Parts: sequence; C-alpha cells; structure tokens
Amino acid sequence: MKVLVPIKRVVDHNVKVRVKADNSGVDLANVKMAMNPFCEIAVEEAVRLKESGAVSEIVVVTIGAKAADEQLRTALALGADRAIRVETEEDAQPLAIAKALKAVYDKESPNLVILGKQAIDGDNNQTGQMFAALAGLPQGTFASEVKVEGDKVQVTREIDGGLQTVELSLPAVVTTDLRLNEPRYASLPNIMKAKKKPLDVLSADEVGVDFTPKVKVLKVEAPAEREAGIIVGSVDELVEKLKNEAKVI
Amino acid sequence: MQNTHSYFNETHNMVRATARRFVEERILPNIDAWEEAGTFPRELYKEAADLGLLGVGHPEAYGGAGETDIFLKIAVSEELMRCTSGGLTASLGSLDIGLPPIWRWGSEDMKQRVVPQVLSGEKISALAITEPGGGSDVANLQTRAVREGDYYRVNGNKTFITSGCRADYYTVAVRTGDKGFGGVSLLLIEKGTPGFSQSPPLKKMGWWASDTAELYFEDCMVPAENLIGPENGGFYCIMTNFQMERLMLCVMANMTSQLAYEEALNYAKERQAFGRSLTGFQVTRHKLVEMATAVEISREYTYRVAAKMQAGDNVIKEVSMAKNFATQTADKLTYDAVQIFGGAGFMRGTVVERLYRDNRILPIGGGTYEIMNEVIAKQIGL
Repeated sequence: MKVLVPIKRVVDHNVKVRVKADNSGVDLANVKMAMNPFCEIAVEEAVRLKESGAVSEIVVVTIGAKAADEQLRTALALGADRAIRVETEEDAQPLAIAKALKAVYDKESPNLVILGKQAIDGDNNQTGQMFAALAGLPQGTFASEVKVEGDKVQVTREIDGGLQTVELSLPAVVTTDLRLNEPRYASLPNIMKAKKKPLDVLSADEVGVDFTPKVKVLKVEAPAEREAGIIVGSVDELVEKLKNEAKVI
Repeated sequence: MQNTHSYFNETHNMVRATARRFVEERILPNIDAWEEAGTFPRELYKEAADLGLLGVGHPEAYGGAGETDIFLKIAVSEELMRCTSGGLTASLGSLDIGLPPIWRWGSEDMKQRVVPQVLSGEKISALAITEPGGGSDVANLQTRAVREGDYYRVNGNKTFITSGCRADYYTVAVRTGDKGFGGVSLLLIEKGTPGFSQSPPLKKMGWWASDTAELYFEDCMVPAENLIGPENGGFYCIMTNFQMERLMLCVMANMTSQLAYEEALNYAKERQAFGRSLTGFQVTRHKLVEMATAVEISREYTYRVAAKMQAGDNVIKEVSMAKNFATQTADKLTYDAVQIFGGAGFMRGTVVERLYRDNRILPIGGGTYEIMNEVIAKQIGL
C-alpha cells in the first residue's frame, strides 16, 4: 500500500513574524523556515503506518521553489521513501495546489493521502477538502486517530463537542489534527541516509496547473497589541470588574 | 539568522533543526533546576547520542557522523548553546576534547573498545591536562608516569577537569620522560583503576551544571597499552587537539554574545521607563546596535577561520586571534546585557545573569587570553 503525503514549507512556528511596512504581507527576508507542524504530524502518521506493516511506500510531495527541498529532505529523514517537488516560484494558493496534487495523485495512484488540516501561514484549511473533491475521494478531516483495516480506513475526527468516527473506503484523504501523534526527531544518521533518497522535480507544465494567484491580498495588518493584565485581590473584585468594567457578565 | 549563511548547507540546517528541538524540548524546560542542582541527568548523554548529536565531529568507523565536516559541528554546537548553560554544553561535550586523541593516536583495540561506547552515550570521556601547579605551562606538567613492566605507575593530581566526577574514560597528560615538552605523554586512565580517585564537584563561579573535579593518582597502575600515541610525543597531540577545542570555544563565546544580545534586545523592547520602552532611548538603541555589530563581526571571523581549517590550512595564529576576539566580544556583550537589564540582570533566574558568570571561563579555558597572545606573537615573528 502506498501513501502520498503533501507537505508545505512555512515560517517556523517559533518565529515572531512581522508585517511588511507597506502592509502587503509578512516579511519573509532572512526568516527561519520549517515544515508546517500539521504536515509533520501527517508524515509521522504515514511513518507509523509503515512501521506497523500497513504501508509499504511513502511518497512526499510539495509545491514550491527549490528552497522547499529542505522540507522534503526532512520528510525523507523522518522516514518517507521518495519525494516530488512541483516547481513554481509563485505563492501557490489552495485551489492550484489541490489541482497539482490531483495530477500527482493520478500519476502515483496511492491508496491513501494524508495531509495537514491546514498550514500555519495562511490557515486556509482548504487544500485537503478541495483535493478530495477534485479526485472524487472520500475524506476524513481533523483526524485524531487513523486505523487502516483491509481496504478501509477508520478516522476519528475532532469535532465540536466530541469525537466522530467515520469509515472510508480506500483510496481516501485524511487531514491531520494536532493530537493525532507527536512527531519524532530527524536523527542525524537518518538525515544522512535521506540525502541518497530520490527527489524528483516536476514542472508546472507537467502537472498542467497555472499557479498564478487567483485571490488577491489587499492588506495585511498585525493584530492589535494586547494590553497588560491586572491581578485582582478577591473573587468579589473579579466579579465586580467583569460586570462593570469588562461588561461580560 | 545565522543559519542562512552560505557556510551551511541543507544537511547542516536539518541537523541544526533537530538539535534545536532537542534543546527546546529536553533541556530548556529543566535548565534552571539543573543549574541550581549543579548537575543534569546522565540519560541526557544517551538521548543526545540516539539523535546522533554526540557523534558529530567523530569518525564514522567508530559510530560517529564523520570528523571532517566542521560546519556540521558548528551548527550543532551553536544550537546546544541555546540551552543558555555553558556548563551543560561543556559537560555534554567533554567527549569532544577527550576522544579525538584516542581515535587519532590510540591503538586499534583502544579505539574499538572506547569510542563507540562514548558516542552511544553509555560512557563519558574527559580530558585532563591542567594541574594544581599550573595549567598553561603544559610542557612542565608534573604528573609522573613511570614504566614498570606492562604498566605505568602514575602519581600526581589534575584539576579543573570538566566531567571530572562522572567520566568513565580520562585522557590524561603525564610526564613519562625528561622535563620539558619532550617528556609528555597521553594515557587513557579508566575510572575504577586502583589508585585513581576524584574529588566531589568543585564549586564554581559559573558552569554550575558541569561536574568539574580534581583527579588524584596515587601509585595508580595503568596498563602500558593505554598509552595514546608515541611515548614522550604527547605534547604534539595535546597542541593539535587544542585547535578544534579553541574553535569550539569561539563558537561558545559567539553564542554567548548572541544570546546576550537577543535577551537584551527583547528586554529593551518590553521594558518601560519614563513612559516609553528602553529602545525609545537613543543610548540604548546605540548600545544594542553596537552589540549586534560586534557579534556579527566576531561570528563571521570564526566562520572564516573554520572554513580555512576545513580546507586544511594551518590556522594556529587565526584560531588564537578568533578566540581572543570572540571572548573579548562576549565579555563586553554580557556586561552590556546585564547593564540593560539593570537590577533584574543581577538576579538569579535571568539568562543574562548566567551568561555573565558562565562567560568568565572562556578567556581562560583552552588556552588563556595571554597565552593566545603569546602564540600569535610567535606566529607573527615577535
């Protein structure tokens, strides 16, 4: 059984991002980049499925410029078998990415596609769903548990108010939530081994996708600064302030 | 930012990311407690080894990641220093000064027996050169090793030995021959050898998490096959070993500067005085700018020296210059960082307070500031 894991290169989650002076976006110059945390969880889940014997091959794919090879290599160091990068210098958006993934899906014919529920840069939460629709595949989103049994996959989903378990026929799409697993470290010997694993590059033409952005960003602004809190002396004072100052009760 | 320099490739960046995560998840949450306790759990060696971090800078044949990629070593060392404790970094890394003489000049049997165990984190390696009677004057060290049949009878003391309490394997400089540098040898002495004992951890100004000890040898009988390199040829081995140690001390000093600068910058942005943040005052802004400038220049020079070392150049002069420049820079930056913190910087629990104390050893260890200047003087024909 083959698993396809799409991943994304984003600003490292530890970086405090700054909005550009002209409000056109976030300043990415000299900023540390990393694999999107939800994608790390997706890679980890695929690796665990492989370790359990349910999966025989893991293919990771990303859409982006050459710099994204670093994240593909990281995925290979974590346990993926080979990598594909769809080349584009554009800031690819969810629909274009979903179309590119569809092309890779058609080429690779995996039994399962596992990807992060969203990327921490745009927080769109769209790619998995759009791709499932384009490929005509069942989807289990926000997974907190994934079990592969025969030609089915059971996905426990984190939804408002609890957990929902769905069963999907393979091939299927699963998007990962935060609590699915805790990703491992890439150990140094595995990083060295990853250098020898294959990494193929496909052009935008080969996947037949135009990555020119269709959604235009008008303005990006930093969130309002949070004001300093206060320490109250008693519950009575707290209630008084919630009632009369914050006016929330 | 330093990870975008061209000295570092994709592999370096990936290993750096692993080291950073290890520090963030496994060390930083505990470091204040470990510093106060004056130690850290021995399992940390194993954890670092399992990720392959201890093996960086050591040969693949004995379980390392290779000894030729200097910038891989720098990337890992920089990230380990982000734990904010020079003591932990030094103790966890004591193998970097203890092991190389063994894999360079030890017998094949010794290499097979010792190196893999240390690189897998099961055993700890330490280097013992300095004596109560003198540190910098290596050529005149006094610990005596007299050959008696298949053994050396060792008598003498060593002091200020990093990992001195917990180490299992000690690479010890002894006098086997006449006085002067031509009578010095290196011996592997194992913990548990009769006649070999260690003091409790010494109390220090900084590097609290490190177990620094005195070593005592009283008629300690060491098997003759534990000789590392040629008899009476130890001085050359020690001096060769110093080059990498000094480069790593440059990295430690530069990271001390970097952390001091980052801490001061963040504090100055937050801290309000006279109705604005400290960065609202030109005097503070300029101080921060000068800190940023100094650390960049020092780091770039260290990288340049490392690149020359990587290319196989003899850099005795340059690495000595880099060490003195880097430690002087760290002296100034840790002072300035505490100054920006004011009273808070004098309190235990702030990172700058620890950096200020930990930094003080850097112009002393691995060759003092003054000895470095003497080395440079000789190299430029003075």
